[in-house]
Amino acid sequence: MVSTGRVGCRRRPAGSLTVAGAVGVALAAGGCTGDSSVVSPKGPAASSVAGLWWPMLVAATAVFAFVTGMLLLAAARGRRRTEEQAKGAAAWGEPFIVFAGVVVSGIILVGFFVFSLGRMQALADAGHKTKLTVGVVGHDWWWEVRYPNGAVSANEIHIPAGVKVELALTTDDVIHSFWVPRLGPKTDMIPGQRNRLWLEASQPGTYRGQCAEFCGLQHANMLIRVVADTPADFDAWMAREAEPAAASDAAGQRVFETQTCAGCHTVRGAEAKGTIGPDLTHFGRRDTLGAGVRPRTPENLARWITDPQSLKPGTTMPPTTLAPADLNALVAYLDGLR
Amino acid sequence: MATVITGAASPERLEEAWHETPGLGSFLTTVDHKRIGKRYLYTGLLFLVIGGIESLVMRIQLTHSNLHVVDPETYNQLFSMHGVTMMFLFATPVLSGFGNYLVPLMIGARDMAFPRLNALGYWVFLAAGLFLYSSFVVHRLPDAGWFNYTPLSDSVYTPGPNIDFYALGLIFVGISTTAGSINFIVTILKMRAPGMSLDRMPIFVWGELAMALTVVFALPALTLANVMLELERRAGFHFFAPAGGGQPLLWQHLFWIFGHPEVYLVVLPALGIASAIIPTFCRRPMIGYTYIVLAEMAIAVIGFGVWVHHMFAVGLPTIGLGFISLTSFLVVIPSGVQIFAWLATMWAGKPVLRTPMLFVIGFIILFVIGGLSGPMLAAVPLDQQVTDSYFVVAHFHYVLVGGAMFPIFAGIYFWAPKMTGRLLHEGWGKVSFWLMFVGFNALFFPMHILGLRGQPRRTYTYQAGQGWDFLNLVETIGAFVLALGILVTFVNWVWSAKRGEPAGHDPWRGESLEWATTSPPAEYNFENIPTVRSREPMWDQPELGPHGQPPEAGGRGLGGGHNTLGTSLLEAEPEVVVPMPHESPWPLLLTVALAAVFVGLLIREWVFWAVAAVATAISVAGWFWPRGETQET
Repeated sequence: MVSTGRVGCRRRPAGSLTVAGAVGVALAAGGCTGDSSVVSPKGPAASSVAGLWWPMLVAATAVFAFVTGMLLLAAARGRRRTEEQAKGAAAWGEPFIVFAGVVVSGIILVGFFVFSLGRMQALADAGHKTKLTVGVVGHDWWWEVRYPNGAVSANEIHIPAGVKVELALTTDDVIHSFWVPRLGPKTDMIPGQRNRLWLEASQPGTYRGQCAEFCGLQHANMLIRVVADTPADFDAWMAREAEPAAASDAAGQRVFETQTCAGCHTVRGAEAKGTIGPDLTHFGRRDTLGAGVRPRTPENLARWITDPQSLKPGTTMPPTTLAPADLNALVAYLDGLR
Repeated sequence: MATVITGAASPERLEEAWHETPGLGSFLTTVDHKRIGKRYLYTGLLFLVIGGIESLVMRIQLTHSNLHVVDPETYNQLFSMHGVTMMFLFATPVLSGFGNYLVPLMIGARDMAFPRLNALGYWVFLAAGLFLYSSFVVHRLPDAGWFNYTPLSDSVYTPGPNIDFYALGLIFVGISTTAGSINFIVTILKMRAPGMSLDRMPIFVWGELAMALTVVFALPALTLANVMLELERRAGFHFFAPAGGGQPLLWQHLFWIFGHPEVYLVVLPALGIASAIIPTFCRRPMIGYTYIVLAEMAIAVIGFGVWVHHMFAVGLPTIGLGFISLTSFLVVIPSGVQIFAWLATMWAGKPVLRTPMLFVIGFIILFVIGGLSGPMLAAVPLDQQVTDSYFVVAHFHYVLVGGAMFPIFAGIYFWAPKMTGRLLHEGWGKVSFWLMFVGFNALFFPMHILGLRGQPRRTYTYQAGQGWDFLNLVETIGAFVLALGILVTFVNWVWSAKRGEPAGHDPWRGESLEWATTSPPAEYNFENIPTVRSREPMWDQPELGPHGQPPEAGGRGLGGGHNTLGTSLLEAEPEVVVPMPHESPWPLLLTVALAAVFVGLLIREWVFWAVAAVATAISVAGWFWPRGETQET
């Protein structure tokens, strides 16, 4: 079906079939080291699945080549055959159907079934040996993240690299699905249910993902960043994240507390205890805003505050009209929450 | 009775008994399976155009990252209605249309078993399609996907009437599908020409039978789910909302217990089309007839045991996932058996590459690709990676568009000459095929790669810098090439219906009975109902011609009355002469009354609703009112 042979990420895929050629072009055009590619895994769970994918791809390619080859050859030799030959007996026909369609297909399929079942069970068993549990709550359309030391954050999940981390997945509204392709399979967040998923990043780095179950207007902009730190960095980060907000722009804090912001957002250490939107206590330490819809720059932040619907139509965040000085102060305040 | 069964028929008597005066009156009251079948085809293809335009708008929106051609709400409505339209208003009706037109001809009957029920089926399908699309007028198209998961689709998260159009519309269209399926089952089992025992029945007819049986067992789950959803949305029930003790996964189970068999019930008759075309163009009987028939039935049965593979990521216990994973792997085998039977037939025969055969070869290639990504999605961990990504979109479009739409187009080129009396233009047919085949692959093959590279489905846009832009551009171009190919066939069809080369009764040297009558067939199909002595009667019984079978060779005229022959279930021994109903206004009137009932439920005007319910009861009474003839259905 796709290109033949072992397709390494840096190697050019080989294959004589047109389809394989098309894939080759496509892979060459984009490379297969995409930011969220299932086949360039960065953790043991994703590696296990990628190790299932490649043999299945090879087998599928072989079957495709056989069937299409026989089909096209049969079509091509039709011109040379006579109607008399066509009516002749074909005693090999039914045994061929049984052999190819039932015996060979059956062996391949049952073989892959057993293989995949083993991987499924191994992945499930590995989930019993986690040391850290992080709660992730899906909201329309952002992620709430809760750490065991009481720290609450949003949209960017820090984990220690090289460590299996369990995610306890729940939702506050509709069904969402947590998926960071380079770290492992996805798991849905179902109302009234607590699902578990384990993640491990082999190396420090930032891994992208996004909600994979359709959840309404802004399903497309419900993005996740998983940041894997060295274990020491992670411990320091988590301890800092649990502390109250740092001192920041005082004028901006007044704007935050007196305008509508505090009605929806919490900043621990300030007069802001809203629970509708993300906790912003350490907002200044995040890379993006609006669940990943834009990088967290002062310009984007100002636009997000005054006109969020232009960045993320349908978001719960209402527009806020502020005097320019107040807006600047508010942006400075939020930027200082580090 | 024996004399009636064998009594010769004269064309004049038959003409008098079966004639429907052309005009508005018979347009609204006809019960002729051929007119109804063509209506299913034309209306279904109109919905293909609508669903296709929806997909083109989506493709334009996704050509590049961060485009704003449509807003998110419009996009959600587009993909929801694209799915609903293609499954319920295009694929199922068009395949029913082929079945309606062809099954009585292929089995040597003069009409379907229940002609008025047949008419009702079409009118209800049309009314339900209009009901669903009336939501467009008020800008409230369903927007929670064709799968319509709760709680997103409940009244808390979708308070508008969007979902009510969906739920009521699907209950409504289900009446049509169920009526049609019961009709197919009875027609196929009880009205076959004498001698056409089950093991001589054309594979296409087996495909329609498998589809009809699947509908009867699968559709109640969807209807039940939608009734429960409406009760939850409108009457405060809590089947699905956890706040009231409900369970959101219940919807998913009910939906997919219907939804996965639905996929097969679209594919099964389409595979039957391929099995009808291949022997004709390979100039030999199908190798492995029995295996193909068993495979079709096996798919229909196993298809009920795989639904949870749509739910591998919802957090179910691994033991349950293992069982469904196994059935999902095994359901590939019967599809493979059919493919190898076709290959064997082509290898042993002399393939002639006319346009219908070209579409069938294209279909086999695409269906194999879709069949090979199937086991990848049956493997639980791999499915958990790529489910809800574009990989799945690629997979099921290869299975459904490759596996059903390509055979449908093969069927158009193969059987339209029977319907119009004229062949479609061969050259333009080939142009259409190549445009469709190349466009299809450019559109859907890259989706495999995008899915592997993490692009989730059902998103109205995506961010730049993820390496997704180029392949999305390729897909959009492919979509327009595919659309152009489809357009070429439509123009070809319309042009050829007037100016095409005359087809004669048997242009392809086909093997089954639909070629033993004129093109287009007379209203009564066959002057004399043939006695079948072979699986390929047109090849083995030289006495069969454009007027069926002469009485001296065993043809039965049934005295030339408005009747057809009922035969026994297994061996098709003649049992009874069945008088057939004439034109009737009641199917249409009942449909109008039923539509008013559904509108009443939608707008919650209970007086209106009560009047409509009474009108429905009156229509049913009128339908069954004794008229002094033999009781009809």
